[in-house]
Amino acid sequence: MATYLEFIQQNEERDGVRFSWNVWPSSRLEATRMVVPLACLLTPLKERLDLPPVQYEPVLCSRPTCKAVLNPLCQVDYRARLWACNFCFQRNQFPPAYAGISEVNQPAELMPQFSTIEYIVQRGPQMPLIFLYVVDTCLEEEDLQALKESLQMSLSLLPADALVGLITFGRMIQVHELSCEGISKSYVFRGTKDLTAKQIQDMLGLSRPAVPVQQGRPLQTPEQPGISSRFLQPVHKIDMNLTDLLGELQRDPWPVTQGKRPLLALSIAVGLLEGTFPNTGARIMLFTGGPPTQGPGMVVGDELKTPIRSWHDIEKDNARFMKKATKHYETLANRTAANGHCIDIYACALDQTGLLEMKCCANLTGGHMVMGDSFNTSLFKQTFQRVFNKGFNGEFRMAFGASLDVKTSRELKIAGAIGPCISLNAKGPCVSENELGIGGTSQWKICSLDPSTTLAIYFEVVNQHNAPIPQGGRGAVQFVTQYQHSSTQKRIRVTTIARNWADAQSQLQHIEAAFDQEAAAVLMARLGVYRAESEEGPDVLRWLDRQLIRL
Amino acid sequence: MSQQGYVAAPPYSQSQPGIGGFSAGFGPPNSSLHYGHYGDPNSSYSAPQPGVSKSTVPLGPSAPVGPPPPGTHQFSQTNFQNGPSTPGQQPHRFQGPPPPSNTGPSYPPYGHQSQPAYPNTASTSSTTQLANQLNSMQINSYGPGTTPSSRMSSGHPASFQGPQLPPPTQQQVALPPGSQVPPPANNVNGLCAQPSLPPMARQDGIPGSVPPNPNLQQLSGQPPGPGYHPQQANYGPQMAGSQLSYPGAFPGGPAQLSGPQQKKLDPDSIPSPIQVIENDKASRGGQIYATNTRGQVPPLVTTDCIIQDQGHASPRYIRCTTYCFPSSSDMAKQARIPLAAVIQPFAIVPPNEAPLYVVNHGETGPIRCNRCKAYMCPFMQFIEGGRRYQCGFCNCINDVPPFFFQHLDHIGRRVDHYERPELSLGSYEYVATLDYCRNNKPPKPPAYIFMIDVSYRNINSGLVKLICDELKTLLDKLPREEQEESSAIRVGFVTYNKVLHFFNVKSSLAQPQMMVVSDVGEVFVPLLDGFLVNFQESRSVVLNLLDQIPEMFADTNESETIFAPVIQAGMEALKAAECAGKLFIFHSSLPTAEAPGKLRNRDDKKLLNTDKEKTLFQPQVNSYEALARDCVANGCCVNLFLFPNQYVDVASMGLVTMYTGGTLYKYNNFQLDSDSPQFLSDLRKDVEKKTGFDAIMRVRTSTGFRATDFFGAIYMNNTTDVEMAAVDCDKAVTVEFKHDDKLNEDSGALIQCAVLYTSISGQRRLRIHNIGLNCSSQLADVYKTCETDALINFFAKSAFKAVLSQPLKTVREILVTQTAHMLACYRKNCASPSAVSQLILPDAMKVLPVYMNCLLKSCVLVGRPEIPTDERAYHRQLVMSMGVADTQLFFYPQLLPIHSLDLKSDAVPAAVRCSEERLSEGGAFILANGLSMFLWLGVSAPPELIQGLFNVPSFAHISTEATLLPDLDNPFSKKIKSILEHIQSQKPYNKTSLCLHSFFMPLIIVKQREQPEMLFRQFLVEDKSIYGGASYVDFLCCVHKEICQLLS
Repeated sequence: MATYLEFIQQNEERDGVRFSWNVWPSSRLEATRMVVPLACLLTPLKERLDLPPVQYEPVLCSRPTCKAVLNPLCQVDYRARLWACNFCFQRNQFPPAYAGISEVNQPAELMPQFSTIEYIVQRGPQMPLIFLYVVDTCLEEEDLQALKESLQMSLSLLPADALVGLITFGRMIQVHELSCEGISKSYVFRGTKDLTAKQIQDMLGLSRPAVPVQQGRPLQTPEQPGISSRFLQPVHKIDMNLTDLLGELQRDPWPVTQGKRPLLALSIAVGLLEGTFPNTGARIMLFTGGPPTQGPGMVVGDELKTPIRSWHDIEKDNARFMKKATKHYETLANRTAANGHCIDIYACALDQTGLLEMKCCANLTGGHMVMGDSFNTSLFKQTFQRVFNKGFNGEFRMAFGASLDVKTSRELKIAGAIGPCISLNAKGPCVSENELGIGGTSQWKICSLDPSTTLAIYFEVVNQHNAPIPQGGRGAVQFVTQYQHSSTQKRIRVTTIARNWADAQSQLQHIEAAFDQEAAAVLMARLGVYRAESEEGPDVLRWLDRQLIRL
Repeated sequence: MSQQGYVAAPPYSQSQPGIGGFSAGFGPPNSSLHYGHYGDPNSSYSAPQPGVSKSTVPLGPSAPVGPPPPGTHQFSQTNFQNGPSTPGQQPHRFQGPPPPSNTGPSYPPYGHQSQPAYPNTASTSSTTQLANQLNSMQINSYGPGTTPSSRMSSGHPASFQGPQLPPPTQQQVALPPGSQVPPPANNVNGLCAQPSLPPMARQDGIPGSVPPNPNLQQLSGQPPGPGYHPQQANYGPQMAGSQLSYPGAFPGGPAQLSGPQQKKLDPDSIPSPIQVIENDKASRGGQIYATNTRGQVPPLVTTDCIIQDQGHASPRYIRCTTYCFPSSSDMAKQARIPLAAVIQPFAIVPPNEAPLYVVNHGETGPIRCNRCKAYMCPFMQFIEGGRRYQCGFCNCINDVPPFFFQHLDHIGRRVDHYERPELSLGSYEYVATLDYCRNNKPPKPPAYIFMIDVSYRNINSGLVKLICDELKTLLDKLPREEQEESSAIRVGFVTYNKVLHFFNVKSSLAQPQMMVVSDVGEVFVPLLDGFLVNFQESRSVVLNLLDQIPEMFADTNESETIFAPVIQAGMEALKAAECAGKLFIFHSSLPTAEAPGKLRNRDDKKLLNTDKEKTLFQPQVNSYEALARDCVANGCCVNLFLFPNQYVDVASMGLVTMYTGGTLYKYNNFQLDSDSPQFLSDLRKDVEKKTGFDAIMRVRTSTGFRATDFFGAIYMNNTTDVEMAAVDCDKAVTVEFKHDDKLNEDSGALIQCAVLYTSISGQRRLRIHNIGLNCSSQLADVYKTCETDALINFFAKSAFKAVLSQPLKTVREILVTQTAHMLACYRKNCASPSAVSQLILPDAMKVLPVYMNCLLKSCVLVGRPEIPTDERAYHRQLVMSMGVADTQLFFYPQLLPIHSLDLKSDAVPAAVRCSEERLSEGGAFILANGLSMFLWLGVSAPPELIQGLFNVPSFAHISTEATLLPDLDNPFSKKIKSILEHIQSQKPYNKTSLCLHSFFMPLIIVKQREQPEMLFRQFLVEDKSIYGGASYVDFLCCVHKEICQLLS
C-alpha cells in the first residue's frame, strides 16, 4: 500500500470521505486519549465523473432497525442467494431481480471499486426544481436595476421546467401571481404582522378545500397543480411574464427615507412553499439591501438616527432586537428545513444587514450567504451567476432536500454532525449518548447540497477496552444520502467505507501514521466554531488551547 | 255658561271613545314622557291627558242627543264670521291690529258662541258645522277658483250632507247651492257607509272635522304683509264626527232634529297645500326677493324667484322654522314651536343669482371677533370712526386690524361697505390660512376611490361591467374649479369580494397591476404610489383596467363579501395619501364573510310595534360606529350604492355613509335593463357634484340663545362642532336653538354658520352664511313668520332621530301632541275668540296638519310587516340629510294631471292635491316624490293619449313593465317627455334653478285597478293609507280633539 497520504487522497477522490484517523483505536479509552476525536469529513455529492448512476433501487437489509444497503463489504453466499449485512449481520435474501447473480456476474454494488455508488430511484413523482426569488425593493434605483438584470439573466439559466416564484418586499410584501393573463396580480401582506403558515395559506387561497371522505375509498390527496401554480410557474411558460414583471418592479412605493423592509417576506415564502410543495427541493433566494426594520424579524428600528447594533452592543447585551429577531429566524429556518427547502441570502449593502440574526436561515438549510456592497458590483453578479453553474453534463451543481443516513458497525457510534444540516431525530442503536455537534440522531437533513458541501461527522468508539477486536478487524461506516438531483430525479448515493482497527498500545505508530492532519484541523475548527456559538468566547479558546496541548 | 255649553255638546262624549280609537293610529297623547328633546322639555306632555279626561267628564253627562235647533243662529253667525264680509260677532277684531290683547277678550266670546252652538250640535256633531264654516270660508277665499260649487254666500254646507263617497264629493259639493237643504236623516247609516273613514272614527264620528283657514281670505284679498290678523279668523266650530247636526242647525232645522246627519267634509274646504303653494307662487313667484331685512319671511321653497343677497343668507342656504324668535324661553315653551334653522351650506344657486364671492385676506386670514371668534360679517357694528367694531354676536368690542381700516360715512357705515362681501352680503367665502388646515399643511386635492363588489351576484347581473363602462366616460367629468382646465381630483380603484384587490394604475405602467390584500382582519393599503392617480395622466392604464375588471372576475363563484374592511381600506388609503376624499362603494349583499363588521340577517318582524323596534334602526355591531368616527377624522366620505335582493341591513351598512356625509343609494332587485338609467344617472350626479371635503361647521349665535341640537348626515365629537367628511349641495343640517336668556327685540337673533372645508381643487376655505331673525314678545309675531316646510323638515329629522331611542308609538304621539300644542297655543293667545269647537289655524301653519299627517304616514314611523325594514332604514337615512325643498316634495308628492295638457305651451301643468278624489278614470297623472315617479293611467284614459304615449291602441295593451316611455314623434309624447325631464332634472317647482335632484326617479307605470296601484296609493298622502295612516280629514279631527283638550 502506498503512503497514507495517497490513501487518504484516493479515498477522498473515490468516496468523498476523509477521516481524522484512518486507523482506528480499538477501544473507547484509547480513542479518548487521542484528543482529536474519530471523525470524518463527508462530501456527499463529491463529483464523480466516473461514476455512472445505476438505474435501479438499492437492496436493503431486512432488519427494520438496520436497513443498510448492500455493499462490497457484505458477505455474499451466491449459491444460497443470501447476503449478510456487515453492520448487523442479518442474513438477507436477494430480491428476485438478482436471480442471475453469481461470482462472475456481480451487481455493481458488490464490486469493491463501487464503495460509492449512486442509484436513481424511479418511484414517486418527479418534482421540478423550485426557485423562489424574494426581492427587496427598498434599494437605490441603480442597485435595483442591477439586481433586476441579474434576476432576469438567471431566468435564462434555469431549466425550462423549473418552477419560479417571485416575492417582493418593501414596506409591504407582495407575492406575485404569475399565471394570470393581462393584469399582473399579487397578494399583499403587511410587513409588521406575523402570520402563521396556516393564515398565510388561507390568505393566499391555498388551503385545500376539505375533500369529502367517500366511503370505502381511501383518501387520496389529489394533485392540485392548479392552486399552487398561481404563484409558481414553469420557467418556460412565464419567462416573458416574469421578465416583464421584473422590469416593471418599482422601488418601494412607500416613500420612506430608509425604507422599511420587513423580512417577514421570508416567512411568507416559507409558508407558500410549505403549503404547496412540501418535501421537494426548493430554493428561496433572498436579495436584500439593508437590515430588516419592521416586523417580527426586525434588526434595527426604521429611524435613521438609531444605528444598527454594533459588536459592542451585542457583547453588552444591548442589542434591542437581536434576541427576538434571532429567535424568529431560527424558527423560520427550522420550518424551512423541515420542509426540505433552502434559503440563500444575498445581502448587498454598505452597512450591516443583519446577517448575524439571519445566519441560521442559511446555515440550517444549506443555503448560500453572500455579502456584498452593492448589487451593482461584479462580486454579486458573478457570485450569483455561479450559483447557477452547470456541471459537466449540463446539470446544475446543486441538489435538494437530501437526507443523510449514517450506519456504523457496532464498535462505533455516531456522536453528531456539524454542517448545514438539521437533525432528523432518528434514534438507533448506533447513536451515541455523547453529542458532538448536532447529535442524538443517525439521520440528518441537508436541504441543499452542492458538490462541495461537506459535513463533519463525529464518531465515538464504544468498544470496551476489555473486549478487544480481533486482529485485522475492520470497522465500517455507511453513508446513505438520498437527494433530489437537479435533473429532478431522486437519487441515493451510498458510500461504504471501512478502516482497520488497531490497538493503541501495541500499534500506536500505525495509528499515528494514519492521522490526517488537514482533516483533523478542519474537524477541530468546526467543533470550535460550533461551541463558540453556544459558549463564551474565552472558554472556547481555552478549550481549543487545551486540546492542542494534550494532543 | 261655558259649562252649559260644554254640557250641551254631546258629540264630544260620543266621540271620546273615538279618540281612543284614533290613537290606535297615532297613539294616545298621554304617555309620551320620555322623548326629552322633542319640543320643550319643561312642558310635559302629560298635560293633555288630564285635559282629555276632564273634558270628557263634563261632556258625558250633558250630552243630549237631540240637538236643539238653537244652534242655527249660531251657525249662521259663524258663517258670517268666517265669511269675507265678517260682519259677524267680532268685527272689531279685524279692524284693530292683531294685538295681543285679543287673547284676553276673546275668551268670553267663546263662551257665548259655544254655548248656543253646542246645543245645536247636540246629538249630531259639530263637524258639520265645521264643514259649513269651512265651506263658507272657502267659498269666500277660494271661491272663484277652486270650488265653484260652493260659491253661495251663505256657504252652507248642505252640500256635504249625505254620505258622500270620495270621488263624487266634488260633485256633491256642487249640489249644495241650495245650502240649506235639509240633510238626509239617516246619518247613522251614512256613517257606516262611508268607506273613507276609519272604523273608529266612524263610531265616534270624529273624522269630519276640517277647518278651512281664514287666511284664505287674506290670500285672496289682502296683501300678506301687514294684514295678518285675519288669519286669526277661526274656523267654524267644528267637531269631529261625521254625523253632523249642522244641517239641522241650518235653517233646515227640522232635518237636524230628525236626526244628526252625517256629513263628510268637503276636501276642498280644508286647507290645501296646493292652494298655498299656488298662492305663494302667484304673489311672489318670478320676483326678486332681496334679503335686506332682518326677519323677513322668504317665499316658499316651491316658489321660483330670484334671490338677491343683501346682507342675509339666501333661503337656499338657510331656512328657519320661524323668522321671529320669541323673546323669552317661557314664550318659546308656551308656543312649542321648534326654533330651528335648516342649513344647506353648499346649496346650488341658479345661474341668474350671484355665486359666492371669495374674500382673501392673505396671510392674516379672516377677521374674527376676539371673544366669540365669529367671522366678520354685516352684523358687526363699526364704531369710533371705524377704528373698532362691536361684534354682533357677543358684543365684544374689537380693534379693526390696520389693513382693514376704513372710514365711516355719515350713517356710520364703512365707506367700502359695498365693496366688501363680508360687510354687505349674507353669504361669502374666505380663503383659509394654514392655521385652518390639518397639521398646518396645505391640503392636497381630494381623491375618489371606486370600490366595486365583484362577487358572483354583481358579475352575474352585469353590474360590474356597467359600472366599469360608465366610469370610462364619467372620469372625464370629475368636478373641477371653474377656472381650471382639468380636475385635480385623483382616482383609485379597488375591487373586492372576500378579499380586497387594489390596483396600481401608475401612468408609467404598461398595464395595471393588481394587489390582493387578504388580511381582512386588519386591512391595510398595499401601495401608495400608483394607487391614486390623475385620470388624465394614467388614462390608458385606467381604461385598460376598467376593460379588464369584468373579464377578470367573469368566472368567479365567490358569493361572500366583506364590507367594513372595504371602508377601512379606502379610509386608510386616503389617510396614507394625506388627503380627503370620497369612496364610491358598489355593494350587493349582506357582508357575511368572516371579517370585522360581519353582519347577520337580523330582520325580525316580531319586533314591530314593540319597544325593541328601535333596534332595527340601530347598527347591528358597534364596529361601524368606530369606523365612522375614523372616517370622519380622516375626511373620508362614504357613498354607498346598494343593490340588494334581500335584507342587507341598511341600518348597519348605511351608518358610516350617514355619519360621513355620504349618500346612500338603493336599487332593489337591480335589473340591468330597467334600472341602469336610474343608477347611472345617480352615479353621474354624485361624481359630478360639487362637494366640500373634510368640513367642520360651526353655528354661532348672538347672546341669549344657542344651537343645541344638530340633525343631518353629520358627526359630532363635541356639542358644537359639526363634522362632515364631505358635504355636498344636497346635504342639509337642521339646527335647533334654545334660549339661554331673554332675547333683545332690538338686536334680534343673529345666526352665523361657518363651514371650514377643502374645495375640490384642494383649497382650504371658509364658507360663511349669516342670517338675522327678529325677536318679539308677541306670540302672534312668531306665528306669523313660521315656515311650515322648514317645520316639517325639523319634525321629520327630529322624529327620525328619535326612533333610535324611543318606541315609534311615543314618537308619533309626540308629533301629534306637539302639533296640537302649537295650534292650541296660537288659538289661546293669538286667535280671535271663537267657539271651542272651531279649529283655528294660523295662516303660516295652515298646511302643517296635512304635512304632519304625511310625516306620520311615512314608512319610518309606521311599523308594518309589509314594509321592508331596509326600506324604512333607507328612508330614515335619506330624510336625515334632506333640505327643505326635498322634504316638502318627499312628504307631499307632486301630482300632475297630464290628460288635459295644453300641448302648445311648455308650461308644466298645475299640480293637484294628493288624493284619490283628484284622480279620474278618464285621466292620466304623474306623481313624483323625489325618489320615484309614477305614471297613473285611468281605465278610461283618452285613447289618443295612450296611443300618443305608448303607441298601443288601448289601455289594455299598455305594458307596465317599461320604465321608460318610448320615444315617439307626436306632440303628446314629446310634451310628456319634456315634463318628465323637467321633473327629473329640476326641483319641480323651480324652473330657473338648476338644482338637480339628488336622486334620479325611475318611472313606474301604474294602471288603474291593477295590482301596482297599491304602491301608488301610498303616495296619495291625503287619503287614508293602506298601512293604517289617517286621512287628512281624520287627522285634522284628531288634532282638533287634542287642541280642544288642551284648551279646556
